[in-house]
Formats: sequence, structure tokens, C-alpha cells
Amino acid sequence: MSESKRDFMQSSMVQLTLVRFREFTRQPEAVFWTFVFPILLAVGLGLAFRSKAPDKSKIGMVTSTPAAASIAASLKKDPALIVEEMTDSAAARALRTGKVALLVVPDGNAVRYVYDPQRNEAAFARLQTDRAIQAAAGRVDPVKVTERRVTERGSRYIDFVIPGLLGMNLMGSGVWGIGFAIVDSRGKRLLKRFMATPMSRTEYLISFLFSRLFFLILEVITLLGFGALAFGVPLRGSLIQLGVICLLSALSFSALGLLIASRAKTVEGVSGLMNFVMMPMWIFSGVFFSSSNFPKVVQPIIKALPLTAVNDALRANMLEGTQITALGLEMAVIMGWLVVSFVLALKLFRWR
Amino acid sequence: MVTASPALVVRGLRKSYGDVTAVDGLDLEIAAGECFGLLGPNGAGKTTTIEICEGLLERDTGDVELLGMTWERNADALRERLGIQLQDTQLSEKLTVTETLQLFRSFYDRGREVGDVIDLVQLDEKKGARVGTLSGGQKQRLAIACAMVGDPELLFLDEPTTGLDPQSRRQLWGLIEEFKSTGRTILLTTHYMDEAEKLCNRVAIVDHGHIIAQGSPHELIDSIGSTIPAPPPRATSTTLEDVFVALTGRTLRDE
Repeated sequence: MSESKRDFMQSSMVQLTLVRFREFTRQPEAVFWTFVFPILLAVGLGLAFRSKAPDKSKIGMVTSTPAAASIAASLKKDPALIVEEMTDSAAARALRTGKVALLVVPDGNAVRYVYDPQRNEAAFARLQTDRAIQAAAGRVDPVKVTERRVTERGSRYIDFVIPGLLGMNLMGSGVWGIGFAIVDSRGKRLLKRFMATPMSRTEYLISFLFSRLFFLILEVITLLGFGALAFGVPLRGSLIQLGVICLLSALSFSALGLLIASRAKTVEGVSGLMNFVMMPMWIFSGVFFSSSNFPKVVQPIIKALPLTAVNDALRANMLEGTQITALGLEMAVIMGWLVVSFVLALKLFRWR
Repeated sequence: MVTASPALVVRGLRKSYGDVTAVDGLDLEIAAGECFGLLGPNGAGKTTTIEICEGLLERDTGDVELLGMTWERNADALRERLGIQLQDTQLSEKLTVTETLQLFRSFYDRGREVGDVIDLVQLDEKKGARVGTLSGGQKQRLAIACAMVGDPELLFLDEPTTGLDPQSRRQLWGLIEEFKSTGRTILLTTHYMDEAEKLCNRVAIVDHGHIIAQGSPHELIDSIGSTIPAPPPRATSTTLEDVFVALTGRTLRDE
């Protein structure tokens, strides 16, 4: 019994996988970028974009007439507005520099709004100001309105960004984690040294996948656990299916990392290549903002990127509770990248 | 262990990189149990030859037979029975000495106990230390330990003592002598003639991709020594270094 256990620990598959663990955990910086950095990013973004009452509109009021001064006095009582009284020339400058979103200029008994309707906050300020002025002048709304205010979990920015960060992390650790270790070993002629031993090349490559899958579990649990506990990010879909999505995504990005690392001889060279591959996905694949913001013509290309498929699938599962069977397109894209990258990587891979 | 057939036979070996011919019709025969030295200036084709023998490089033409086997037919069996130290390998700095040897040991079906090999290369005090903290000599001993952990019948050492201080060199010599005393075969390349004189039963001087002289260190000194005018009468004052420089010329060569 103990003999066979010892044999198992001494098998090259176990030893190669142990080496992966040791090399990773003995690099504090790698641990930081994989586990701590995504959480810091989530905290930062969660605080910056936390749900809060809409900003008050800052407006300027040119108080050149007594009538204007009384309008200004009534506007100042409105809780949605911050009103600053100013002279003509100061008002023009304040509008130009964006200090105020809108100017109210008296025009006899009437008022004139000066603002840029293309700017959201200016258009919003116009609505608020007009409502306040008309109400102060005695307008009565013909329809009675009551409100019930709700904040929906799942619709906040933090809910959007946590799955995006998870996708980005899966990509980063797959591509960097595998690519760097392999290119580093090739550059140090360690791969060549291994080739001179009876080491199984398949086991060598599989050891990367094994260790990758282990760290994947840690990464997913840390980030999602943090999101759920600190921000109440919902996990509405099946957790098993979420696990399957993460697993396939991690394998797919690992294959991509293997492909990127298949020829490069220096860490410097492969860094450039990795950035070239990952940069477009950081921007286009909907990590920090929705990829639907990009023009319609490029949408098919964006949808074909692996990170877009991963992010869309993660969000659909977590935020909407979508079944994996309804995510055919996303899963097909992830699997497609997995198979194509892996086959190409094996064809191109250089051991020396 | 020692068999009558030669441990390594190389015939008509050729290898070019583009226009550059690295090995140009090289013949070599090393008997089992022998320590054979391959000497030659930089760029003479030593490393190319040794890497072809190790199965790491493809040859253009020629035959290579090791322990009665060839890379074409018996690659897996050969890898089990060869021990190899490469000139430019850097072992993973994050692993300890023991972990590194356990890894290499795990590749072989049969081999030596990791602890025994650590004792053999005198790294016992350093067995828990990370490779990155070892001195040059200790790293080199570890590299040789990695080559020995599979209990090889044929050991390839490519410039094992280059860049080491005299103490480390002598320590390595002791290690090689000990391996030799077990009746196994060694092929080593070196730039140090005293090293070749001390360790090798026979040496071959390689230049421009083929062998220009071959024999035991003393045979070479005797045959060439008399033609070197400088320090005559006694053989002790003619060294293998004199032979080497006489044969390969005095001009500097850059790789």
C-alpha cells in the first residue's frame, strides 16, 4: 500500500505537476497578479461605480434683472439643482468649460435655456430646470403619479463587471501561465534537456493543464465568492453549469497560450505576441463595458472572439440564470477556439 | 555491464546549417568502459557531434550506433540508458536540489536513489536549497547529478567544467573518475588539456568538422611532441596543450 503510494508520488505525471505548483507558488508576483489583482480591480470598480442617487444638475443663472433673481431664489430650493448666480461673461465661460451644464438667461418675462443637447447631463439639466421653473410658476401636473423605488440586483455595474473580470482572469492566467512557463523553459534550454530524457512529451503538456485546472478552481472561487459576499453579485444559474463554462474557457485559453508559445524563443518575444492577441479582447470583448457599444458591422468579429463568448456565457449564467443548452453559439465559439488552437499548437510546437 | 562491442560508433557523420558545414565526415569509435575526450577549438563541431549522438539533432548523413542501438529504431530504449549534460541548460531556479533530482528520476524506469546521487555529487548540505541560490560549481554538479540519476551506461558531458574555479573542477574530476571506475562509458568535450590528460583514456582532436588526431594523451604527446621545436627533451614538459595548439593553430577563433 505505502509502496504503491510512493510509486504514485514518484511518477513523472505527479512530479511534473508538482513542479508547476512549486514554480507558481514560489513566484509571489504571479500569485499577486492571479489572485489579488482581480479583487483589487473589483473593489476599485465596485466603489467607483456604486449605485448612488443621480447627480444634481449644476446650472448657471444670469441674474441681471429682479425677475431673474426671484426665479433663481426659487430654483435654489429645488433639491435636484445646484444653482450659481453669475454675470453674462462669467456665465459664458462657465458653460464653455463645463462648470455648469446649462445656463438660464432671462429674456423679459420669459427665460432662455442655453445648453448642448448632445450632452446627457445638459439634456437632463434642462428637464430638471424646466420642471422646477414651471412648478414654481404654478404649473399643476394633470396626471397624478406615485413611485416605488427599487434597486435590482443584477443590473448594477458591479454585477456586469464581475463576470467580465472573471473572463479576463481566465484568459490572462491561461495565456500567461502556460505561455511564459513554456517559453522560459525553451529559452533556458530546459525543454531540450527534457527531450534527452525518456520524459513523455504528452505528460509534460498535460501537467500544465492539471495545474491550470487546480488554480482555476481557486481563481473562480475567490473572485465569485468575493463578488457575492462583498457586493451581493447574483449567481442565478446552475453552479455546475457555471463550473463547466469556466472549465472549458480555461482549457480554451490554455490551448491559446500553448499556441502562442509554440515557437517563441524569448520571454520578451512572447510577451509582445501575447499582448497582441489579448489587447483587442480586453477592449472589444465586453470586460468593462458592453461590446454592443461597437458598430454593428464589427459585431460578428467581436462575437467570434473567445473572450466575448466566455463573458457572454458567464453573464447569461450568473445574471439571467440561462441554461447552458441555450448558450449554443457561445459554447461553440469556446470549443472551436479550444480545438483549433490545440491542434495548431501541437503541429507548430518546437521542443528546442 | 561492460560489453565487448563498442559503446559508440560514428561513421561518416555530416551536418550543415545552411552554408556552414559543422561536421564534415567524422568517424569515431568508443569502447565500452572508456572515457573519451573530444577536443577542439570553438566552432570545430564538437557540440553538434555530441548532440547528434544524444538524439537531439538530426544528422544529414552518416551512421550513429550507441550501445548497439540506433535513434531510428530504439529511441525510447536509448533515452533510458543515456545520461546527458548539456552546455547551456539552466535548471529551474525555483526548485530545490532534491525536487530537481526527483523530477529527473521520475522520467526513468530504473535509476538510482535521489539521496544517493545527492551524496555522490556532495550536495547533501544543499539538498533543500533552491537551485537559484547555488554557486556555479554546485549548479554544474547538480546538472551532472541529473545526468546520473537514470543510472546511465553511457554519459555525455559537454564542457562540464567550463567557467568553474579550480576547486570545483577538481571536485567534478573526482566525480567523473568515480563514474568511470564503475566500468561505464563517458564521452566528454573540453577546452582544458590538463582535464583531458587526467580523465581520458583516449582523446580525439576535432577541427573543421573532422578528426585530425586521435589516441591516448601520451601517444599524442609522444608523436607530436618531437615535432614541436620549443621545449624539447623530456615528455613531461611537452603537454597535451602544446599538441593541441600545434595542430589547430595559434590564431584566435570566435564562435
